[in-house]
Amino acid sequence: MRHRWVVRAGAGAALALALGLGGGTAPARAAGPGPIKIGVIAEESAIVGQSISQGAQLAAADINAHGGVNGRKIEIIVYDDHSSAADAVRAFQRAAEQDHVKAVVTTFISEVALAVEPWAARLHMPTITPAAASDLISKQVHDNYARFKYMFEGWLTAPDLALAVCDSSHDLFVKQLHMKTAVIMSEDADWTKPLDDGMKTCLPKAGLKVLDEIRFNPDTTDFTPIYNKIEALHPDVIETGIAHVGVQPTVQWHDQQVPIVLGGISAQATNPTFWKDTNGAANGVVTQTGTVAGLAITPETLPVAAEFVKKYGHFPAFTGFTAYDAVRALAGAMQRAHSTNPDKIVAQMEKTDMAGTLGHYGFYGRKSPYTHALRYGTDWVSSVFMQWQNGKQVCIWPAKLCPNKMVFPSFVKSVHLAAK
Amino acid sequence: MLALQILIDGFAISALYGLGAVGFTLMFGVCGVLNLAHGGIMVIAGLVGWWAAANYGAGPYGGAAIGTLAGLLAAYVTYFVVVRPIQRSRTIPRAEEEIFLLTGTLLWGIMIQVGSDYVFSNNPVTMRAMIPGVMHIAGVRTPRNEVLIGIVCWAAIGLLTLLVNRTRLGKQLLAASINPRGLTLLGFELSRIYLVVWTIYGLLAGLAGVLLASFIGVSSANAGALTASAFTIVILGGLGSVPGSLIAAYVVGYAETITAYLVAPTLRPIPALLILVVVIYVRPQGLLGRR
Repeated sequence: MRHRWVVRAGAGAALALALGLGGGTAPARAAGPGPIKIGVIAEESAIVGQSISQGAQLAAADINAHGGVNGRKIEIIVYDDHSSAADAVRAFQRAAEQDHVKAVVTTFISEVALAVEPWAARLHMPTITPAAASDLISKQVHDNYARFKYMFEGWLTAPDLALAVCDSSHDLFVKQLHMKTAVIMSEDADWTKPLDDGMKTCLPKAGLKVLDEIRFNPDTTDFTPIYNKIEALHPDVIETGIAHVGVQPTVQWHDQQVPIVLGGISAQATNPTFWKDTNGAANGVVTQTGTVAGLAITPETLPVAAEFVKKYGHFPAFTGFTAYDAVRALAGAMQRAHSTNPDKIVAQMEKTDMAGTLGHYGFYGRKSPYTHALRYGTDWVSSVFMQWQNGKQVCIWPAKLCPNKMVFPSFVKSVHLAAK
Repeated sequence: MLALQILIDGFAISALYGLGAVGFTLMFGVCGVLNLAHGGIMVIAGLVGWWAAANYGAGPYGGAAIGTLAGLLAAYVTYFVVVRPIQRSRTIPRAEEEIFLLTGTLLWGIMIQVGSDYVFSNNPVTMRAMIPGVMHIAGVRTPRNEVLIGIVCWAAIGLLTLLVNRTRLGKQLLAASINPRGLTLLGFELSRIYLVVWTIYGLLAGLAGVLLASFIGVSSANAGALTASAFTIVILGGLGSVPGSLIAAYVVGYAETITAYLVAPTLRPIPALLILVVVIYVRPQGLLGRR
């Protein structure tokens, strides 16, 4: 009997492990009276999360070097949320109630941002997410403005990301490579639902017929069945919507020599470490991103990138730039409001109109269904598309910024088939 | 065609599951230790192997060797720092030793996970395939590396079977699993046998870790899931039964692959959990369990 009990206790423990229990939050620094404090809540052990706190700290250092906000310095307090909604909410409460931060920059996971949003409303805390893309975040602001107006999205929402995919696919795949068909392959997450819906609507208009939409569990490690299913449909391009996964589907695409172009949005592929993580299997992968090394989208891009490399020793993930801009937008709003009153900060945030690192930076207004989300467009932030080419992230779209041509490994036969 | 695809794809993944689980079940059978740090040890092997290959030019084979040794080292640390002190403690009652071992290895597994989070970040990494390229098996395009993994797994499992069934040392292991007290009465040193088991276990878990890293990649975040998957397989097969674990590995591997191909890739992890629940209710001793 004893063993039977051990089996049950062990099974419980194993299930707890599988569900990823454990962990806690800890603030990085104690508080002081003078400076304006901004909380940064993200997952420090993820490259995308680490770039958030690093970008925010870089922005604070730059603002402070130029005299701070109305004479007060900005201080960043970093909290690790392990990408857990519960940890993030706890850190948020602590930031607001104990550490008395005046604004929060948080998370790259939509589910976490959606958990934090009601707390931003309750605690009247100006909050911006530098990467979470679910349109629900800004929809809530639109539907219940008085309550949720404290929330901002500092990166493109999923419907706009879908537009970016379609706009670039039209230029790159349809016009240059004469492609006609696509399959959508997305992880099952909050941000990909509106992304898929958007792509299903706009890809046909861009000239790509959508043959199928395949959604899979973000815990998936073996992508062979998915690639087989897709291959049977003979599409010219796979438009991905992946962020929780990235290394595995890319390596398996390469190792199994799936003969179809991999495009769309692969958030991990935007990491500068992705080439090494995949041992070069990334060669030929196309993805949407914020910018690439050496590309001057605005006069701000290159100096900030150089500072980042100098301070942290590597080029940031795109969240390094969006977090930098988020802190600058918050500081600018506080400066113009001459106050750290949350309602005044929000009113000024709405008027944000600045040269960001990734483009002209501002938010949609109350009439837009995506109130307080980052504006998309050629005059605003349009994002860029890049391709991994022999260890380098090469910018391939939009054409006026990136004249480079696409190059695919020889096993990607859909490129030649479509051209015929 | 689809059936053949499922057969080939499921074979490699099941072989890998089997390799990961045999050491785990051997450990329980002989030493009575359910090592909940199992996934952590596999992850260390994969991460260190990747790191040696990517940053120090160890090459795919050098990386695999270094990774396997790292797995062995991690197993030794688990034994000497976590398990042996509990087994030797005079303050822990014998009756409670198992729960202490469970808790101890569980906590150690979490420490490994958080530690490798800190050192390597939780970004998944993959080791370079030992043999690149693809081959066609009856029309199914299969990566050569996948075939190699299947062969290596079965070679390792075959060697283990030979060791257990054909050598003097193996007989001692079997005896220790059936009647440890009898073995000590015959003048054998149990702690020496335990050390042998931990060595075998470390090599198997390390090898499984590097093969996993070259097949589907590893990340510190996988540690818990890998332990859970080994646990599911071992419970299904019968705790302590090596052949049971192998059968169970194939049941779980194929159940997952068939679900992914025929139902939906999203539901892939579900059958393993359902099987675990059913087994605990209906046949807690597992398919070939002795206890």
